[in-house]
Amino acid sequence: MIRTLLSGDLPRSRILSVLLIAIFVSLAAAPYLFPGTRSLDVAARVCVFILLVASYDLLLGYTGIVSFAHTMFFGIGGYGVGIAIARLEAGWGAIGAGVLAALALSAVLSFVIGLFSLRVRAIFFAMITLAVASFFAILASQLSDLTGGEDGLTFRVPELLRVRTNAYYLVFGVSTVLFLLLLRVVNSPFGRVLLAIRENEFRAEALGYRTVTYRTLASCLGALVATVAGALYALWLRYTGPNTTLDFSIMIDILLMVVIGGMGTMYGAVIGATLFVIAQNYLQDVMKLISDGAKGWPLLPDLFHPDRWLLWLGVLFVLSIYYFPRGIVGQLRSLLPGQLRRGR
Amino acid sequence: MADLLKLESVHTHIGRYHILQGVDFSIKKNELTMLLGRNGAGKTTCLRTIMGLWRASAGRIELDGKDLAKLATPDIAGLGIGYVPESMGIFASLTVRENLLLAARSGPLDQARLDWIFRYFEALKRFWHLPAGLLSGGQKQMLSISRAIVEPRQLILIDEPTKGLAPSIIQNLIEAFAELKKTGATILMVEQNFHAARSLGDSVAVMDAGRIVHRGRMAALAADEQLQARLLGLSLESHQ
Amino acid sequence: MKEARFDFVPVALLAAVALAALALIGTPSTWVTLTVAGLAMGLLIFIMASGLTLVFGLMDVMNFAHGLFIALGAYVAASVMKAMGGTLAGLGPAMLAAIAAAGLLGLAFERIIIKPVYGQHLKQILITTGGMIVAEQLIHVIWGPDLLPLQRPEALRGAFLLGDVALEKYRLASVAVGLAVFAALALTLNRTRLGLLIRAGVENSEMVEALGYRVRRLFVGVFVAGSALAGLGGAMWGMYQEAVTVAIGAQMMVLIFIVIIIGGLGSVTGCFVGAILVGLVANYTGYLAPKVALGSNILLMVIILLWRPQGLYPVGKS
Repeated sequence: MIRTLLSGDLPRSRILSVLLIAIFVSLAAAPYLFPGTRSLDVAARVCVFILLVASYDLLLGYTGIVSFAHTMFFGIGGYGVGIAIARLEAGWGAIGAGVLAALALSAVLSFVIGLFSLRVRAIFFAMITLAVASFFAILASQLSDLTGGEDGLTFRVPELLRVRTNAYYLVFGVSTVLFLLLLRVVNSPFGRVLLAIRENEFRAEALGYRTVTYRTLASCLGALVATVAGALYALWLRYTGPNTTLDFSIMIDILLMVVIGGMGTMYGAVIGATLFVIAQNYLQDVMKLISDGAKGWPLLPDLFHPDRWLLWLGVLFVLSIYYFPRGIVGQLRSLLPGQLRRGR
Repeated sequence: MADLLKLESVHTHIGRYHILQGVDFSIKKNELTMLLGRNGAGKTTCLRTIMGLWRASAGRIELDGKDLAKLATPDIAGLGIGYVPESMGIFASLTVRENLLLAARSGPLDQARLDWIFRYFEALKRFWHLPAGLLSGGQKQMLSISRAIVEPRQLILIDEPTKGLAPSIIQNLIEAFAELKKTGATILMVEQNFHAARSLGDSVAVMDAGRIVHRGRMAALAADEQLQARLLGLSLESHQ
Repeated sequence: MKEARFDFVPVALLAAVALAALALIGTPSTWVTLTVAGLAMGLLIFIMASGLTLVFGLMDVMNFAHGLFIALGAYVAASVMKAMGGTLAGLGPAMLAAIAAAGLLGLAFERIIIKPVYGQHLKQILITTGGMIVAEQLIHVIWGPDLLPLQRPEALRGAFLLGDVALEKYRLASVAVGLAVFAALALTLNRTRLGLLIRAGVENSEMVEALGYRVRRLFVGVFVAGSALAGLGGAMWGMYQEAVTVAIGAQMMVLIFIVIIIGGLGSVTGCFVGAILVGLVANYTGYLAPKVALGSNILLMVIILLWRPQGLYPVGKS
């Protein structure tokens, strides 16, 4: 039963399984385990980012595409909901319309971008996605009549979602379902072809797989899931704006999460996102302790200043790429040499 | 005549593919050794391995007592080995003059050598200050060869110089090579064109599946049609 | 005899854009001010971007952390200027310090971060992005998170008056330095053996090695030079803005990417023309259609790519 649910993609590591179960249970029972607005907010963010990062892993880890435009789709989802509610009345109809419109826009954009990615070299593509994402962010901040500009859009949500617990379970539910869907996709024949393309595109083509089609589809799917994640996030925050969705720092965060967690594993997204969001919210307190304790020493208080938490994650990121290319998940899996591992 | 270059049990792997599977042969000084063989036998790989562009996974490549297999490409070139690759390796955006200047590492271009080059490769003089990308295929080949001889070299490696060229140009090249040989150059050449191979080769080595399967004098091979058929799959006469 | 003709079309495009702007703006004095501003901005971007495009052309390495050298240059210059009391005498040392610091960081960066990932584009993008995150944070640690002022020395403040037109002194200085850098690069590339090596290496570095040159050393040299130039550009840009923040590097990166894509990856001439084009367009649209201005560069890039997909001056790779 679990096998089918996870589409045959088992954690394959005792420690990992324990972690995943712990995370799942914590998230499932968050309103009851961790009462209080801040903790519930952290839990909701974890759900959203697990989904967002998993969708990015589809692109980066499974298809081998480095795109800096992922936050754009995240933003489209958020703005879709925000603009729809602002224009129409704050009801489920508006939300539905907004999400559908956002999905449509994302589908078209990701299709175009996906096609483009095949005509050009990876580095060129990465740079272009950076430019596109930045253009979109500019658009969002300039078209203030529509998007609320720099301030973004605050909006009301339907009655049902005003109860935090309900809103939380919407976020949790949709995230879980879509995550399992992604697992299904990467473990399907389609997913296997993606891996083959990532390993050796030339050979995949020679074997008769039209890499164009596969990569474009993967690109679109990743974008669509990111869009839903954006919509969920907006519904949770009851706000959408350039800072919460389109900022380049969010793109960096996604990269950090997917690499540290483990590229090409899906579970890496779970571990990475959880680690990151928790660090973002609680590591700073720990660092403050160290920083205060190290007062009087040169440089140390500054290095451990709570605002510098990104420094340490950045270091972890760089080290991961060199020494743990498969991230935390990969490391955990390799701790048990006897088991069958999916080769790279 | 002394041996200049000696390959001993050289293996080369490219990724998972085991291309050179124990190559053993040597090249004598002051003569032209032809390296023949079917497509895919490993001839280009052999040249590239000597040049260090691909690392030998095992074996020795001895030149003057040094093991080339342990050296980096620039050092191998520095020992006086010239390389004319199959793709010619011309710098299209550089002028003909600049291409040659680059090849003359130890300073300005030697006028005597230039005169020699211009005598046989007249086109290079015409295109002297023009980008090499404007040259025709045959002219690019001439430039590539000229780069290899613009300075004295101990050994010149040439990979399929006549490939894809018109018969008149091929004839031009054969004449130039014949003259080059008279200067005492030591050359290892890969060729598919038998006419060129027979006219120029002194020694011959035949490769098959990553190994040397025959070694001897070109004259002997050219005279023995049965041997040709056995080694190369068909009579070299018809393989023009 | 056939001539190897220089492709003047992109230069003509520049002139066309400038003339079109003149027609649209109307008043010559405003046009002159905007054009000088555009040239200054463009040439400063050129200084920052030239290293990156050359590094990419030669080594096939895209350093997403290039903005780091820009930021470091700006910060070092700010510190030195402050220490020297903000006088003209401090300008030289500040710029030299910026160049040296950025160059040194470049050396360290190349050895430690880039060298292990040669040829692996995916890892390069990830690692250089990671390096950028770490280094940005370190800058915070050393210099603090606040904005650092970077005043222009007295001699470079204000403007020359030419009839109706006010020509800012600093902008003219930027143009001068930018042109000097271009001239130096052009001369090096076209008249020296080193330049020959670089141009050949951009096309086919394997063949250059087969001709007996240590290409690795060339790579490191070009990388360091590129970083040093970025440092100079950053210092000058910081002085243009009269303030330095960590974001200075990241802000410029998008612009720099656009410029080198427009120019053609690996082409210094393309970078030069592309940078001026971007500078001019940004300033003209800033005046004529402010709403479009921020996005104008990206639109420009799309238009140019539709015309010449490899950039204004494509570099042929074997």
